[in-house]
Amino acid sequence: MRLRFIMGEVWTGLRRNSTMALSVVLVTFVSLTFVGAAALTQMQVQQLKDAWYGKVEVSIFLCPENSLFEQCAGGAVTTVQEDEIRAVLEEGSVSDLVDEVYYETREEVFENIVAADSTGVYSQLDAADLGPVFRVKLADPEQFQVVADATSGLAGVEEVKDQREVFDQLFTFLNAATFVAAGLAAVMMLAAVLLITTTIRLSALSRRRETTIMRMVGSSKSLIQMPFMLEGAVAATAGAVLAIGGLWLGTRYLVEDWLTGSIAWVDYVGREDVWTVAPWLVAIAVGLAALASLVTLGRYTRA
Amino acid sequence: MIRLDTVSKVYTRGARPALDNVSVEIERGDFVFLVGSSGSGKSTFLKLILREERPTAGDVYVAGRHLNRLSSWRVPHLRREIGAVFQDFRLLPNKTVYQNVAFALQVIGKSKREIHQNVPEMLELVGLAGKERRLPHELSGGEQQRVAIARAFVNHPPILLCDEPTGNLDPGTSVGIMRLLDRINRTGTTVLMATHDDEIVDQMRKRVIELKGGHLVRDQDRGVYGLETV
Repeated sequence: MRLRFIMGEVWTGLRRNSTMALSVVLVTFVSLTFVGAAALTQMQVQQLKDAWYGKVEVSIFLCPENSLFEQCAGGAVTTVQEDEIRAVLEEGSVSDLVDEVYYETREEVFENIVAADSTGVYSQLDAADLGPVFRVKLADPEQFQVVADATSGLAGVEEVKDQREVFDQLFTFLNAATFVAAGLAAVMMLAAVLLITTTIRLSALSRRRETTIMRMVGSSKSLIQMPFMLEGAVAATAGAVLAIGGLWLGTRYLVEDWLTGSIAWVDYVGREDVWTVAPWLVAIAVGLAALASLVTLGRYTRA
Repeated sequence: MIRLDTVSKVYTRGARPALDNVSVEIERGDFVFLVGSSGSGKSTFLKLILREERPTAGDVYVAGRHLNRLSSWRVPHLRREIGAVFQDFRLLPNKTVYQNVAFALQVIGKSKREIHQNVPEMLELVGLAGKERRLPHELSGGEQQRVAIARAFVNHPPILLCDEPTGNLDPGTSVGIMRLLDRINRTGTTVLMATHDDEIVDQMRKRVIELKGGHLVRDQDRGVYGLETV
């Protein structure tokens, strides 16, 4: 009985205030799309980190014959120095952070460079111009700095480089994108709360007669307020559903079809990730509506 | 049934009190007129009983409840024991007569069966049988007030508060409404009616409580509207 009554009231309220309800739907739709996009971007960042950091190595470049680096003023790295460096990595203080050490000779370095170079410029070099390299695989890629500090000062080391630096730029960009999306989402969510507040207020005012009578004959405060709260919640949830649909279409066509088609070697987020985000979006929508109800209803449906 | 014990009500600090040290006791089954000019404190009196306002000083007891100590979530239960009728009827314009009365039961969670049983009975009692499907604007003022009374009484509350129920009606129609209220009173319901209508008060010869500037100036059994020098 009460449930049917409440549902009836919600339906009447939504129909009577259909334009306001629609605007609530649209604003929550846009704001939650931004929230979802931010979440998916972060998931993408995490996914890339997981995939790439496992593969990246720290490269310890050793001094070649005529290095321009000050720390190589002593000339090319000696075998003794190489052994000392290897000892630090494999037996020294950072050995527990190091997973594997691979020594690349001058000749191998040269071959690799030439192989990766399509312009042919590097083939003009001579293997003797280059230094050998220790490729170090870390047990925990995040611990790069510790390994770098332990090795960069050693004699015979020209430079320690982390391949992550290459990716970090991309991550910085993606993080910035996340912040922009989250910022826009915050503004839009504020707009959504204000709009839901207004909707509830209008609805409460237009049904003042009903609520006055309900109060008079002794219906409970929750029964008086529930229809208004639900009205906001229903509209906001509809917005969340649209946002989920939008994100789903976005990942389906933009990410899975278009991005995967153009840059295939990256592991992208997919539709299943949208489903991970979806319940949160609905929860946020309901939360926004609840927040709006909280600030409005006390004032407009007095008990 | 209703007891006000040295009750005062001040709305804004420093202003003249709307009610000043008023003590009244109304027994179960009483029919009481509450008279006095505008601003005498009649509305405040009714609002205190409905717990729309709280007294500044003194105690209010209604239907065995001490309203000063009644928590706000229990107020709806109090209101289910008090039917209220107003000068302006307060009907829902887009609902039929039947729906208007049924609404009062719906919103306190009564079952469909109870509604189907009680609403026609009540419409019969107030003399509106056959007009269930009319909308309020299709009824006369007297009929609209009957709908309002049916709505107030459909839950059979032990107390019926009427705030100027005949204020918008012509004398002939008013008599009909008073007969109806009298009938309801005879079922054992306590009726408290605020009014300006001296003719009605003089005719009915019921207990009269008169307020003037917030003071209780008269409490008389079988009284008339104007002050009688006994």
